[in-house]
Amino acid sequence: MHKQLGLVGALAITVAAGGCGGGGQERAGAESAAAGSTAVAQAAEAPAAPGAQGGATITGKIKFTGKAPANPAIDMSEEPKCKAKYTSTPHEEIVVVNPNGTLANVFVYVKSGLPANATYPTPATPVEIDQDGCHYKPHVLGIMVGQTLAIKNADGILHNIKAKGVKNRPFNISQPTTMTSNRTFTAAEVMVPLECNVHGWMHAWLGVLPHPFYAVSGTDGSFTIKGLPAGTYTIEAWHEKYGTQTATVTVTGSETKTADFSFAAK
Amino acid sequence: MTGGRAAGRTGGRMLALAVLLSVSPTVLLSAQDTTAGKKVYVKWCAGCHGESGAGDGPAADAMLPRPRNFTGAVYKIRTTASGQLPTDADLMRAIDEGLPASAMPAWKGRLSDAERRDVAAYVKTFSAFFSDTSQHIVPLKFASAPGGGSGAAALKTGRLFYDSIGCRKCHGDQGRGDGPSANTLKDDAGFPIFAADLHQSWRFRGGASVEDIYRRLRTGLDGTPMPSFSDLIDQKFLTDEELWRLAQYVRSLSPAQPPDVRDVVHAPQIAGAVPASPNDSTWARVDRYWFPLVGQVIRKPRWFAPAVAGVWVQAVHDGKTVALRVSWDDRTQSPDTSWLAFEQRVLETMANDDSIAPKAAPWPDQLAVQFPRHLSEGMERPYFLMGSATDPVYQWRWTSQPARVVAGLGRGLEQFDTLPAAPAGQAAYDHGEWRVVFTRALATPDTGNEVQLAPGRAIPMAFFAWDGSSGEHGSRMAVSTWYFLALDRPTSPTVFVSPVIAMVVTLGLGMLVIARAQRRAAGV
Repeated sequence: MHKQLGLVGALAITVAAGGCGGGGQERAGAESAAAGSTAVAQAAEAPAAPGAQGGATITGKIKFTGKAPANPAIDMSEEPKCKAKYTSTPHEEIVVVNPNGTLANVFVYVKSGLPANATYPTPATPVEIDQDGCHYKPHVLGIMVGQTLAIKNADGILHNIKAKGVKNRPFNISQPTTMTSNRTFTAAEVMVPLECNVHGWMHAWLGVLPHPFYAVSGTDGSFTIKGLPAGTYTIEAWHEKYGTQTATVTVTGSETKTADFSFAAK
Repeated sequence: MTGGRAAGRTGGRMLALAVLLSVSPTVLLSAQDTTAGKKVYVKWCAGCHGESGAGDGPAADAMLPRPRNFTGAVYKIRTTASGQLPTDADLMRAIDEGLPASAMPAWKGRLSDAERRDVAAYVKTFSAFFSDTSQHIVPLKFASAPGGGSGAAALKTGRLFYDSIGCRKCHGDQGRGDGPSANTLKDDAGFPIFAADLHQSWRFRGGASVEDIYRRLRTGLDGTPMPSFSDLIDQKFLTDEELWRLAQYVRSLSPAQPPDVRDVVHAPQIAGAVPASPNDSTWARVDRYWFPLVGQVIRKPRWFAPAVAGVWVQAVHDGKTVALRVSWDDRTQSPDTSWLAFEQRVLETMANDDSIAPKAAPWPDQLAVQFPRHLSEGMERPYFLMGSATDPVYQWRWTSQPARVVAGLGRGLEQFDTLPAAPAGQAAYDHGEWRVVFTRALATPDTGNEVQLAPGRAIPMAFFAWDGSSGEHGSRMAVSTWYFLALDRPTSPTVFVSPVIAMVVTLGLGMLVIARAQRRAAGV
């Protein structure tokens, strides 16, 4: 079990380090969801049928309608090391619309419907966020309560990372060099804003949940939450500019149900 | 527990919190009476911090920094790690000693010991975090004495780390809060926040000592952009001693003692011409006098967030001409369009009593030195706030753009009549500091309007400053009260000779007494 989680975590690291951004995070989230649900069947001794080891899957696409607003351009002239990582002017990532007309960086998670008393083991593998090119990678990510957030600084220049949770205690730590700082979160909170005050354009969003059923829409705008026990769930999709939407989905066995969301330009 | 029972009046939630507080083994203030604390709070604290503790009392929008919002339990000045709750001692220190350069006064002496403890206990009830027994509240261990020494080598090490860990990004190359990121800073509530001017340690919220500075580096100031540097020690990027040296370096930027406010600027008479340049080496040898400035809150539109905390004033004369140098810290060389967005946030944050909401604009920096038109024999002076229609004041006004000095008559805030003659003026801006030198003949032809300066007289003098990038212009400014300028007379040679004569005479008389006593003894 631990080995499996470790492999999933390693996959998450590889994908994140590979720079696939939101897409990688979506896969990582879905994979760890699968692992977590297996854990629930064993740890919480849920009345799962022997064949339901994989559980049910909810998948969908985040559609986007209307004209995408332009993201603000970033003047990185104060940070030549970051500026050198770009061939064209870098922009913020407030609204990232994929070539196929879908919306990236949407955090999708099970808001309610899970068994009241179920607990889910905390993955031993950290979730990683890197500061690379004066950007957070990934921009939106999920983590479980108690799981380690490993904050890396590939830039090797001064960043401070400030977590502005309300249900979690905030923190603000300095990283003036290539280093990794580890922090954990004690309470479910969607979302904890992360920011750098040296570089006012750097923002990231962290969804903290007591369970592993979450995903982030990636470069194809899709998300997948796997390993769900049978039940009726409220699924919420969160976007930093366009707010939240919910859908109710009922699943049984190992079936796959689709729940698409659609956000419109404002 | 009587407190908990009585609190039932204010609702079950309060009762539950009081009970939780009283059973928590880690909470020192548990036994305090939160009902009594509430009474103190409502009377003395709610005006700024709000009835519900959200930092939104009726006076809050006239303050920058804003009063603490207690509901999130995020506190700047702690001895605990970033993100941890403050200790009870941390809360008591803020209440007892106040927070310098903010609206928070010291309550020790104004409230009894019991009242202060009760109100601290009550303040904790605004956040459920304090009743959560899983919260760690562990004061960081600090060495009892500063490490690393304060000699030149230690300060040099400190300066190296000032650069390498990026202090200058916000605090600026010379520490005056003018770094490249300074114009983007916000606190957690979204209010604009200034990187501290490290040359004014007496205004540090958490205290001015090296120990205080070291603690801020270790703990950060939660709720602000100032991070904790503790992870760097844990990961051996720097040693504890090196962090102490950084604290020593930061401390060395400010005067050893907070500046005294002395009423009279003494201008020594010097041989040769007075220094007309702001960077003339003569100024390094002349005493400087600190005059604090406050926001102009008498006439509308009032201004509650003066950017210039005070001015350093020096003066010399040569018997014919006076030179007056005024230096002050200003993080922007206004007009500076890169600060317009910050300026707009400041204007939106501060209470406005004008009929129209102020809009950010590229205002210049300005400074005014004010005198009466005539020196009177008595103590009567024109109204300090730029005179009045019937009793105008004589002013020198410097602006950064256009770069010039004019003189004129102030007839109240609304009217300034420029005079044909003006003092010479030279200004220099260097890493967050303006230095402006005014030079003028002591005696001028226009004796009706221009004050005639003479040695041995008490010459009333007042100061006004505007930081354009904080939206300051017109009545939105920083003001002082009347002080005095005294042109010293050349020191007479007798000043140096008289003590010597006195010593010789004393010595001679003493010898005489001894000799007489010895003769008498010998005669016996």
